[in-house]
Amino acid sequence: MSAEAMVTAAPAATTIHPRWVRVCHWINALAILVMIGSGWEIYNASPLFDSLKFSKQITLGNWLAGALLWHFAAMWVLVINGVVYVTFGIITGRFRRKLLPIRLGDVIADMRAALTFKLAHDDLSRYNAIQRLLYLGVILAGVVIVLSGISIWKPVQFQELTALFGGYDAARYVHFFAMAAIVGFLVVHVALALIVPKSLRAMITGR
Amino acid sequence: MRQRKIIPGVDPKLLIKDAARLMPDASRRGFLRGAASLGALTFLTGCDIIDGDTAESVLRRISEFNDGAQAAIFSRTKLAPTYPESAITRPFPFNGYYDEDDAPEVDGKTYKLEVTGLVDNKKPWTLEELHALPEVSQITRHICVEGWSAIGSWQGTRLSDFLERVGADTRAKYVWFECAEGYTNTIDMPTALHPQTQMTFKFDNKVLPRSYGFPMKIRIPTKLGFKNPKYVVAMEVTNTDKGGYWEDRGYNWFSGL
Repeated sequence: MSAEAMVTAAPAATTIHPRWVRVCHWINALAILVMIGSGWEIYNASPLFDSLKFSKQITLGNWLAGALLWHFAAMWVLVINGVVYVTFGIITGRFRRKLLPIRLGDVIADMRAALTFKLAHDDLSRYNAIQRLLYLGVILAGVVIVLSGISIWKPVQFQELTALFGGYDAARYVHFFAMAAIVGFLVVHVALALIVPKSLRAMITGR
Repeated sequence: MRQRKIIPGVDPKLLIKDAARLMPDASRRGFLRGAASLGALTFLTGCDIIDGDTAESVLRRISEFNDGAQAAIFSRTKLAPTYPESAITRPFPFNGYYDEDDAPEVDGKTYKLEVTGLVDNKKPWTLEELHALPEVSQITRHICVEGWSAIGSWQGTRLSDFLERVGADTRAKYVWFECAEGYTNTIDMPTALHPQTQMTFKFDNKVLPRSYGFPMKIRIPTKLGFKNPKYVVAMEVTNTDKGGYWEDRGYNWFSGL
């Protein structure tokens, strides 16, 4: 950690997550749940995989039109909040400080520690290599899911973007797998937040 | 007053067939009922902070905002991607809210396209007259609101040329279409004037078969499939938004691609 980073990281002893992080986090949590729930109902109208349909119990919107209305309402919240979050993350240096560097050696060591239940969470202000990898990964998945979503929504007006994903049909698969990655992240993320309750508290109160 | 042009022998109840598959409640109101209190999202509404009607009206308002956003994104000159003949999906899927066997059967000999509203010449058009109009062709991707897509080949005349020919007031906001089975559709004028928006008489260089909308379909590659009406028997240039079959049931009005 550079000297400059040490100085800016100093208040972290009292505040782990600044207010903007917490506000963005919970707005995002709500938006992403609406997007996933309605997205599953939209998926059901024309499934990509014959054997996979989402139960009505866990989808949002009741039928295709309702789900589309939710999806295209929550998208504004997701995208505007996401842009604010990523912009702040970059200009405040938080992403660089918290998420970088990610070294392969650290990831392997921390993975081994995690699997043997020896990975410590004593200092919530400092992310271990696996956390860094997952948080950076889910931010990237967020970028991919928004761009592939725009490709599916506007394959004529933004056809260059759609082409980048390999065309309309391919963009649907990209959108699906980005969702799967985010859901996979959420399972681990929520489970660990419950196992380490002080991390949940930190995301609410800031400390 | 506009007339209903339901072709004798077509059972209006069939209109509901596909709708019933997708839609839990055939009524226009309440299409979201129960939607907001499911599974993981119970906390959103479970405590009656948002009841079904409130959620529905908020979502409808956002959908109207999205109409405006899409109209702003829409380019009058940007063309939908076109494909080679080898890319055509065969067989091209039949799609409707009824079975293929129940698709309207229109008699081409007695067919007349009614043209009304803000146009100079309200003379109805016979199929022979329509077929004599200058022909354009396109191989484009049809994208359904459900998510699937298929590439088809359509031939017909440009709607913008036709509107000019009948002396339509292209400053009007909408063009409204009515179909043989009672299906309706309203599109915005900029889309009506888009160079790829076509009054279609042929699929793959053969007269439209009944399943693809004989005698006339409106092909709009910049809009979702349900905004591409088949079996069209009347069009009206108007400043009044008369909605449409699916739009009235909750699908987004603009539904641009």
